[in-house]
Amino acid sequence: MTYKLWSAFRIRRRLNRSFTVSFILFAFLGVFGCFSAIPLIYAVNNAFKPLDELFIFPPRIFVRNPTLDNFYDLVALMGNSWVPLSRYIANTLLITIIGTAGHILLASMAAYPLAKYRFPGSRTLFSIVVLSLMFSGHVTAIPNYMVMSWLGWINTHASIIVPSLAFSLGLFLMKQFMEQIPDALLEAAKIDGASEYRIYWSIVMPNVKPAWLTLMILQFPMLWGSDGGSFIYSENLKTLHYALGQISLGGIARAGVGAAVALILMIVPITLFVISQSNVIQTMASSGMKD
Amino acid sequence: MQAETARHTVPGLSRAKKQSRLAGLVRELKRNRHYYILIGPYMLIFFTFTVIPVVVSMGLSFFYFNMLEFPRFVGWQNYTRLFLDDDIFIIALKNTFIFALITGPVSYLACFLFAWIINELSPKIRAFMTLVFYAPSISGNVFFIWLILFSGDSYGYLNGFLMRYGFILEPIQWLTNEKYILSIVIIVQLWLSLGTSFLAFIAGFQTIDKTLIEAGAVDGIKNRWQELWYITLPSMRPQLMFGAVMQITASFAVADISIALAGFPSVNYAAHTVVTHLMDYGTIRFEMGYASAIATVLFLIMIGTNLMTQKLLRKVGE
Repeated sequence: MTYKLWSAFRIRRRLNRSFTVSFILFAFLGVFGCFSAIPLIYAVNNAFKPLDELFIFPPRIFVRNPTLDNFYDLVALMGNSWVPLSRYIANTLLITIIGTAGHILLASMAAYPLAKYRFPGSRTLFSIVVLSLMFSGHVTAIPNYMVMSWLGWINTHASIIVPSLAFSLGLFLMKQFMEQIPDALLEAAKIDGASEYRIYWSIVMPNVKPAWLTLMILQFPMLWGSDGGSFIYSENLKTLHYALGQISLGGIARAGVGAAVALILMIVPITLFVISQSNVIQTMASSGMKD
Repeated sequence: MQAETARHTVPGLSRAKKQSRLAGLVRELKRNRHYYILIGPYMLIFFTFTVIPVVVSMGLSFFYFNMLEFPRFVGWQNYTRLFLDDDIFIIALKNTFIFALITGPVSYLACFLFAWIINELSPKIRAFMTLVFYAPSISGNVFFIWLILFSGDSYGYLNGFLMRYGFILEPIQWLTNEKYILSIVIIVQLWLSLGTSFLAFIAGFQTIDKTLIEAGAVDGIKNRWQELWYITLPSMRPQLMFGAVMQITASFAVADISIALAGFPSVNYAAHTVVTHLMDYGTIRFEMGYASAIATVLFLIMIGTNLMTQKLLRKVGE
């Protein structure tokens, strides 16, 4: 017993870093952590700065006299415009909620058979999905526009929502995560007479909640930050992100309002991530690509 | 089932065999119909907006097409023009490779290194540091903050700072000076690049089997580096491969940040990339055939680099 303890201790000692090395590593982490966080902290503080502090020189990161003026200005400004702010928010929420929920549903529906069964074409289809992770959406931008115009979806929200439903990273992560569900569980359900759809809905889905949240955290910021691209041109269909762009084009006079909108835009995805972080990490553990 | 196969293996006419194979396939499809119904909706959308467009884009790259007239077949002309006559494409290609060669490996190593250090922290601090590094990549357009930092007048923070301490006497036009644009876009891109792969690495570190590390120590692993190379990296190989795909694809697709910071087109095309070149021809000049050729080249570069990297990563820890 004592020998065991001693050897365990020795192993740990041998592999532990010296104090200096740890110190250097954590200092390194701290410096880059600041590099990563300061722009965000600054953006948050900006939203609460009164006008005189926004333009103070030399600039300060932290706000001295926090005020909500920027948010009041935002409401006033948007109340007077042709399309009220609430409309942009409603559009963004519509796109984001339908797009995210639909994506989670479709991706998990497709992931379940791919993860658990072999049937003609299943491996080919999954390899195509993996291959599609290897190029970005820019490659397909031109034919996509033609498809949209052929479907008559130009200038509708469907042009943003529908393609995002089949985002390939979501299917990939969901499938990898579903492989962990024990086969015995599914077989037991089958013996009890459950149909495939029932197994999917009542057994698989409740077991992959962490993966739902992961797909949400990947899909949500993408749609939340969508500016309508080249598909939407009617002002009353445009998104919050687009409105932010218009406001910040107002330059110095709109700096405060712009900072307020930026805060609204960034705080929602970050909050979602804080809530779902541990689940996301759990899903990512199964994200690996096998040879 | 067994009786059926026995009947079919009876030596007979080849036609009957063929029919039985077809019948077998039909039966197989029928037996699995629930699965096809489940994957159907996703695959329908996936094929309509991802797979078919890639094929269409490759096909269109051999045509002259301006969205108004019927496409006219021109053979390899778009490609010869792209590589031989289009100086700006060569600039874009060069910039894209500089971006990718710097941001790809650096961001990949950064994801790995930060995940490694973060893994040693206590769970609460770990969660906090994960948030700190991951937040930029999901906070949308907040990178406009960098515009203020690099603003070209003396009120830009960097200029103000450098002038105050006497490093420079006159403000530098950071975003309109060819010498600096590319580096600035790279810095901001790196700031945004700790995304999905970073999370995958953190998860990978947390799932490494602790007994493996102890066994390795018994078997004579001397230091952290050996532990990293012989135990940690091989155990994380699947995550490493996934992360590589994410980072490579993102590093070749740089466009939004370049446009937001340096404008479109940027001064003397200093921050022009293959993707912005594609946007130029696709959404401004409406030369769809030519733009498709650019898209096809981009596709081949991305797929080629990814497959090559996958091959390399398979050797890790061997």
